[in-house]
Amino acid sequence: MGAYLIRRLLINIGVFWVISVAIFALTRATPGDPVAMMVPPEQLNSGSAAYIEARRAELGLDQPVVVQYLRWAGSALTGDLGFSMVSGRPVTELLLERLGPTIELMGVGMLCSILIAFPLGIIAAVRRNTVVDYIATFFSLGVVAFPVFFIALVAIYLFTLQFPILPSSGITDPSNPTLGNTIRHLILPALILGVGNSGRLMRYVRSSLLSELGSDYVRTARAKGASPTRAVIHGLRNSLIPVITILASDLSHLVAGAVVIEQIFAWPGMGRLAVTAVGQNDYSVIIGFALVGAVMVLLSNLLADILYTVVDPRVRLS
Amino acid sequence: MTVTPLADERATVAPAAGGGHRSPARMALRRFLRHRAAVVSLIVLAVIVLLVLGADLLAQHPPNATDLSAIRSRPNADHWLGTDATGRDVFARLLHAGRVSLGVGVASAALAVALGIVLGSLAGMIGGWVDGLIMRLADIFLSFPSLVVMIVLAGIFGPSAATMIIAIGIFQWPICGRLVRGSALSIRENEYILASRATGAHPWWVITRHILPAVLPPVVVAGTLSVAGSIGLEATLSFLGLGIQPPTASWGNMLNEAQSLTVIRNQPWLWLPPGLAVAITVLGVNFIGDGLRDALDPKQGER
Repeated sequence: MGAYLIRRLLINIGVFWVISVAIFALTRATPGDPVAMMVPPEQLNSGSAAYIEARRAELGLDQPVVVQYLRWAGSALTGDLGFSMVSGRPVTELLLERLGPTIELMGVGMLCSILIAFPLGIIAAVRRNTVVDYIATFFSLGVVAFPVFFIALVAIYLFTLQFPILPSSGITDPSNPTLGNTIRHLILPALILGVGNSGRLMRYVRSSLLSELGSDYVRTARAKGASPTRAVIHGLRNSLIPVITILASDLSHLVAGAVVIEQIFAWPGMGRLAVTAVGQNDYSVIIGFALVGAVMVLLSNLLADILYTVVDPRVRLS
Repeated sequence: MTVTPLADERATVAPAAGGGHRSPARMALRRFLRHRAAVVSLIVLAVIVLLVLGADLLAQHPPNATDLSAIRSRPNADHWLGTDATGRDVFARLLHAGRVSLGVGVASAALAVALGIVLGSLAGMIGGWVDGLIMRLADIFLSFPSLVVMIVLAGIFGPSAATMIIAIGIFQWPICGRLVRGSALSIRENEYILASRATGAHPWWVITRHILPAVLPPVVVAGTLSVAGSIGLEATLSFLGLGIQPPTASWGNMLNEAQSLTVIRNQPWLWLPPGLAVAITVLGVNFIGDGLRDALDPKQGER
């Protein structure tokens, strides 16, 4: 198990390194001036030309590209990602501010999609080819086809406008930030994010459970007198193995959904920050966002590998 | 006793050669037609494509012609689906936007399939470290949140149709790439391949003549599903303002208007038509893809 994990760790770090090089290439491809991105704005405005030149040398802009990359990577690792070209605030600060709400949205969203997909998938597998199965499968196909923002708009129409029960913007009520209000603001965005993601997950749960239910050990259990429910539970645990790894890769879909949902619901998260930054040509923020995305991919891949080792003993012992 | 069964045998075995009752293409067509959702989707999609292609003929107004005296008007005889914030005819914009959205979707899928075929056959045919490298690349592309990259690319290179087509296309190649590679790997050791190589056939000839025809069915299915995904991605990107820029209409950026509560409640004709258009198109193409999968690859039984 140790060897497997170490190998996966090295591979993932290698991938991350390659991605960081690509991101660095992007920093040099922007129309913006790297000095403007990395130097604090007060110094930029008040500094003399000589000072700016000194900073330029410090950033290594006259050095070979490799040196520039190392300098950039070094400062990124210490948390210095430059400054926003629009607001002048440190990029790291901006990102950290928005990280919490986005993680909250994605976490609760994933929880919702699990709560929807697992029961539906299990029921559809157990009652295969009955009405329940067809309804569930059609739901999963139909849900996936509708773009997330369309579902969101319809949901806002129904739950905010027609029957005003749920708020549709912001993370909480600024004049009355109680826990209850915060939860109310979270319901619509997280639920829609979860629903959008649940279609694919539900079909995976269903097909995985179906293949386990047809296997020998389940049939043996039934033959030895286990009730149908007991047999399903027996097969359920093994069927979760591939599903858990799918959950980790669902991250990409969750991130994409989160960006859109943050935009529609004015949720103060990282996705909204990035989209606004694109509109304002705020390159340093965009690059920072790219790095955060790469780190998230790295972490989720590692998590998937670890989970795989924990859940599937065959991997551990190989 | 021995003569009649022979005669019966010849009578029951229908002519099997191509063009007869049992040609593979015919059988595939019959399997497709059995998939009702796919057939309905094909009809609906054909109607949509016809409407979209005939946009110039069907729309009464040019899509970008503003008319400030008729801002946000309800659907009426002059403007079948009403007008938007600057008085442009929504119906005309819907049809012209269809061209853009469908065009981008198909172009991205085509790019993805082309890349997938090239890289997949390289990986399968050459093998070794080339194969390992290409598969590692495929893993990276598959696991990366594509929307993040598309946002970054739109930010650095500016939002445009070309940026979108490239960005969407390069994230979908691994799906086709893996199919082609798998097919190349499994066919590579067959004797007829070895025979072709022995008689001096260039690897590229082997790819085009043997591997591609074998891998065509799953690639067609993957390509179709790619089109659906690409249309959805284009709509999302344009909705966020990172894709097609106004005044050019696309279904996504028409939905951009629906970001205020007033519009959502009071002017549903602004956001329902493009939203439904995207949803129906994506759903339809997905069903067609499913139908194609059932038709072209009957071994994929279990549902």
